[in-house]
Amino acid sequence: MEIKSYYNEILTDHNLHPGHKEDLVGATCVHEGINPSCGDDIILQLQVEDGIIKGGSFNGDGCAVSQASADIMLDLVVGKTVDEAKRLADIFMRMIKGQASKEEIEELDEGAALQDISHMPARVKCAVLGWRTMTEMLDQKLK
Amino acid sequence: MQNFKKDFPLLMHQDIAYLDNAATTQRPLQVLEAEREFYEKYNANPLRGLYDLGVLATEKYEESRETVAQFIHASSSREIVFTRNATESINLVAYTYGLANLKEGDEILITVEEHHSNMLPWQMVSQQTGATLVYLECDKDGLISDEMVCSAVNEHTKLAAMTHISNVLGRKNPVETLIREVHKVGGVVLVDAAQSAPHIPVDVQKMDADFMAFSGHKMYAPMGIGVLYGKERLLEEMPPFLTGGEMIEVVTRCGATYAELPHKFEAGTVNGGGAYALAKAISFIKEIGQDTIEKREMELTRYAFEGMQQIPGIRIQGSTKAEEHYGIISFALDGVHPHDIASILSEDHVAIRAGHHCAQPLLAYLGVRSTARVSMAYYNTEEDIDRLLQSLSTMRQKMGY
Repeated sequence: MEIKSYYNEILTDHNLHPGHKEDLVGATCVHEGINPSCGDDIILQLQVEDGIIKGGSFNGDGCAVSQASADIMLDLVVGKTVDEAKRLADIFMRMIKGQASKEEIEELDEGAALQDISHMPARVKCAVLGWRTMTEMLDQKLK
Repeated sequence: MQNFKKDFPLLMHQDIAYLDNAATTQRPLQVLEAEREFYEKYNANPLRGLYDLGVLATEKYEESRETVAQFIHASSSREIVFTRNATESINLVAYTYGLANLKEGDEILITVEEHHSNMLPWQMVSQQTGATLVYLECDKDGLISDEMVCSAVNEHTKLAAMTHISNVLGRKNPVETLIREVHKVGGVVLVDAAQSAPHIPVDVQKMDADFMAFSGHKMYAPMGIGVLYGKERLLEEMPPFLTGGEMIEVVTRCGATYAELPHKFEAGTVNGGGAYALAKAISFIKEIGQDTIEKREMELTRYAFEGMQQIPGIRIQGSTKAEEHYGIISFALDGVHPHDIASILSEDHVAIRAGHHCAQPLLAYLGVRSTARVSMAYYNTEEDIDRLLQSLSTMRQKMGY
């Protein structure tokens, strides 16, 4: 497996220059996601109003894969409905398991840059951390 | 330079700079063949059979114990208990000696440098007995001085546990001083030799250790065989750890008398092939020469240390002197997370460890969440290190800096 294909420009750029790594003014929900074995840690903040994700940010500490993946996710889901965000998260999770179609992966936009992680089992939990955290948060919110 | 890799099939057949030896070493052909030989030639359940083959299996198993006793200079093979690994050895002492002898008002002294396996068992003993768990802090560069040891030991110190060489910093600790001081107040000391026994000569009698734990798989033996050394006088008085077959003399409906040392602590069918292969690994180490191993590993450590110091952005944890690293160099690279370091190195066929190294309290104390760790064995070469250095020197660029 060629690592170069996932340490690509999209990933390094989101890692070094994240657009969403900040505190969110007006956040309506906060949720922390941790990978205990490797210490990746993100705190995800979303502003959800009328079923729409109006804004999102994250803070935390972790490898480039975990941080860039969270940033890419927020680019994608801000402005979308909660249901749409959960649907995209589901596609992302399936992409990482190698179970998403080409058309579905295209919907993930820059998220597709992480598809080769599916060949690197040790890094899967890094890539899905942000997405898993968001799904947990949105599921709790709807309860 | 002698080609030490020639004994190791994996290193001969794969294009890999294997620099994760503190996690586990590779195994030489002699050891792999020994394990096979045990099951091909001597296989019966040791310590049981009355037929010739059973006696032979027992002989081979007990000869292996004798080899281990000589390796660490124990006064008798009765002081050698085979376990699965160092973790199990430490747990054995915690659950037996620890729970039976500690009480409220006593202190258990450990260091902040300990591997979780030499920390959690003592937390358990502290919680169950009411004894206080006291942490001996190191300096920011990992130093634990004789003075620091002396001021941490007091008349309440009933048990102390210390790693001989830190698995994160590679620094050797003053276990002799700790043992001397704790003995003065009537306590006992367990030495975690998981990172030292494979690399430097260890003498339990000279050191006067009460207990010592180490793993076979970090010293060229198979996974699943480890050693607990304990002074005979202490082992005699300790209750058994696991109970069941093999560790009894007489069992009735309401009780049992236990077998003699060391069998009292080896319940169930033993790892005969593993013990036999561990003895072969020890013979192998002796053939290479412990002096040769130590000298060669120090050369490699110095070579890697000096090379890493030349790379902008690398910060090495622990001592600023290469000779205080004993083959282990943990480091950070500015702006590149340790997991990314390990992944990119893997692309270049260089294997190192990244993470918390099962020593989260030490990393928290040093103010880092995780580190990358290079760890060497005598069979590594300057070429292995060059591959590491080459990859590290272009890594920040690869990550977009």
